[in-house]
Amino acid sequence: MPDGGLAIQTRGLTKVFGRQTVVNGIDLSVPRGSVFGFLGPNGSGKTTSIRMLLGLASATSGEISVLGQQMPKRAGTVLPRVGALIEGPGFYPFLSGTANLRRLDSADRFAQSSTRTVRVGEALERVGLTHAAGKKVRAYSLGMKQRLGIANALLTPRELIVLDEPTNGLDPQGTREVRNLVRSLTASGTTVFVSSHLLAEIEQMCTHAAVMRSGHLVAQGSLDELRQAGQARVRVLTPDPGAARRVLAQLGLAADADASDTHPLDGETVTAPLDAGQDGDGAIGPGTLADRPLDPEHIVAALVAGGVRVRGFAVERATLEDLFVALTGEGFDVAQ
Amino acid sequence: MSHSDEADSPTASGARVTQPLTRRPTAGWALMGSELAVLFRRRRTWVMLLALALIPVLVAVAVRISSAGSSGRGPAFIDQISQNGLFVALVALTICIPLFLPLTVGVVAGDTIAGEANLGTLRYLLVSPVGRVRLLVVKFVAAMAFCLAATVVVVLAGVLIGAALFQVGPVTLLSGDTIGVGQAGLRALLIAGYVTVSLLGLTAIGLFVSTLTDIPVGAMAATVVISIVSQVLDSLPQLDALHPWLFSHYWLDFADLLRQPIEWSSFGSNALLQLGYVAVFGALAYGRFASKDVLS
Ligand SMILES: Nc1ncnc2c1ncn2[C@@H]1O[C@H](COP(=O)(O)OP(=O)(O)O)[C@@H](O)[C@H]1O
Ligand SMILES: [Mg+2]
Repeated sequence: MPDGGLAIQTRGLTKVFGRQTVVNGIDLSVPRGSVFGFLGPNGSGKTTSIRMLLGLASATSGEISVLGQQMPKRAGTVLPRVGALIEGPGFYPFLSGTANLRRLDSADRFAQSSTRTVRVGEALERVGLTHAAGKKVRAYSLGMKQRLGIANALLTPRELIVLDEPTNGLDPQGTREVRNLVRSLTASGTTVFVSSHLLAEIEQMCTHAAVMRSGHLVAQGSLDELRQAGQARVRVLTPDPGAARRVLAQLGLAADADASDTHPLDGETVTAPLDAGQDGDGAIGPGTLADRPLDPEHIVAALVAGGVRVRGFAVERATLEDLFVALTGEGFDVAQ
Repeated sequence: MSHSDEADSPTASGARVTQPLTRRPTAGWALMGSELAVLFRRRRTWVMLLALALIPVLVAVAVRISSAGSSGRGPAFIDQISQNGLFVALVALTICIPLFLPLTVGVVAGDTIAGEANLGTLRYLLVSPVGRVRLLVVKFVAAMAFCLAATVVVVLAGVLIGAALFQVGPVTLLSGDTIGVGQAGLRALLIAGYVTVSLLGLTAIGLFVSTLTDIPVGAMAATVVISIVSQVLDSLPQLDALHPWLFSHYWLDFADLLRQPIEWSSFGSNALLQLGYVAVFGALAYGRFASKDVLS
């Protein structure tokens, strides 16, 4: 199964806690060199999946390969090439930032002790913690701990970096820094796998994404592919919603049952999905080629001809956000 | 063949990894050093060692200020202190063995895995990656080092305070022979070694308990309770048959090291028993921890 072109690949990865299936047969394919967003609401199984990828938890069933090798069987050779931040930072509060990183670095048998001091210093500098390096972690803010956690993932050159909700607890400035950091990592060819429950974050830094919804992987691909999957819709603002629905139906467009908006002056908004074959740029669907071209102007013409007072008209392509809300069923901050 | 299987080989599809892992792993002593440093630089460890050192001081001061002479009661050897300060160490050890030493050892051994889990550092150690077996071994060795440090602290503090408050001279052994002060010091260290070995079974139990939970205080308390239960069982004559199997059975039998020639049999039985406990609970800890889901 291992595919050398993929940094992470899973087949039917499943985790059951008691009677709850927390991760349900997911097939992840994370291309090498990508910044891969692992998106899903809280409790959708992201952290649990990451724990299995890194050999912390065993899979109930399914296969995992990381960097072309089976996990957890080859953990000893795979994990030194992987840096990770998993469900928040974990440090010894009674040790300084530097001492914490030295400790975790000394656990890696592939990390050279002769370069430890230099590497720890560089990692701290990269996350902007040099000034607090000697301070006890007890005195760090959550944001500082989060940065220290990221520094830990950068202690040695990594082929894959896994960041579970890396901007949790960071202020907007810190969030921006993490984004820049991730960019600088990919510049050196590192694959970054980053989980988040915030779409905006993923949209801003990722090339690829996968969407989790209560343990299921509901979408996966490059951001462009995911955007393509979003459906175009027509939107008509009119005081004659009944007539508008009728005309749209004649055109073969099933208007949504209830009005999405009512405006006291202009009437109602009637929406209808364009056929799946329709493209946002007005391309013609295969079934409608000969007699009923559904260009926006044709729809408007038909509406006007049908006596509908059109006060507003648009063909809209769903944003990624619409798509993700549709896929996950909920807003992104809502659990399950 | 074995090497081409390594991480740095091209994958079957011919794709190259971006940064091949060509370095050889080190022996991993850095982690052992780091573990000892974390343990012995921690304030909690110092507080416990200091508390242990206070016990011989208390004993010596109490004997010094009470001129009441011998009452025939109290811990073994306490009457000898006023003649020879070296006995402070022995009395203090005798006092520490049933409760104070198991208490501190319980804290350290119970904290081994559960403490890391509680801090959230366990998952980072494991993805570093430290192999799970290696982590158990390192943790056990560090806890062993604490056992040694704890007993040596009691003995050393006892000898020092004894020398400060009382006269120190040749020691008359249980067998009637007399040995010089230097010899007596060696015997004291030998006894510290005996007590350290005595505590290894409990250390292994603590390590195992520590793999069962993410709450270090729970593991510590359970370990201490187990040590008390073992001593209680050992004091019930009805359970005679069980006694030689209790890890606390030989805890106070170090007096045999105070004969000339040294009577090694209790040392041997004790070491064998403790080794058995280390093997059994080490295996249990491995069985539990090697396959455990780390969700902390
Ligand atoms: N140790 C555990 N035992 C039982 N259920 C758990 C455990 N850890 C997480 N879960 C459940 O697994 C689900 C997914 O959790 P998680 O992977 O942390 O989600 P996410 O990281 O996407 O927020 C949640 O419903 C959570 O309640
Ligand atoms: Mg999570």
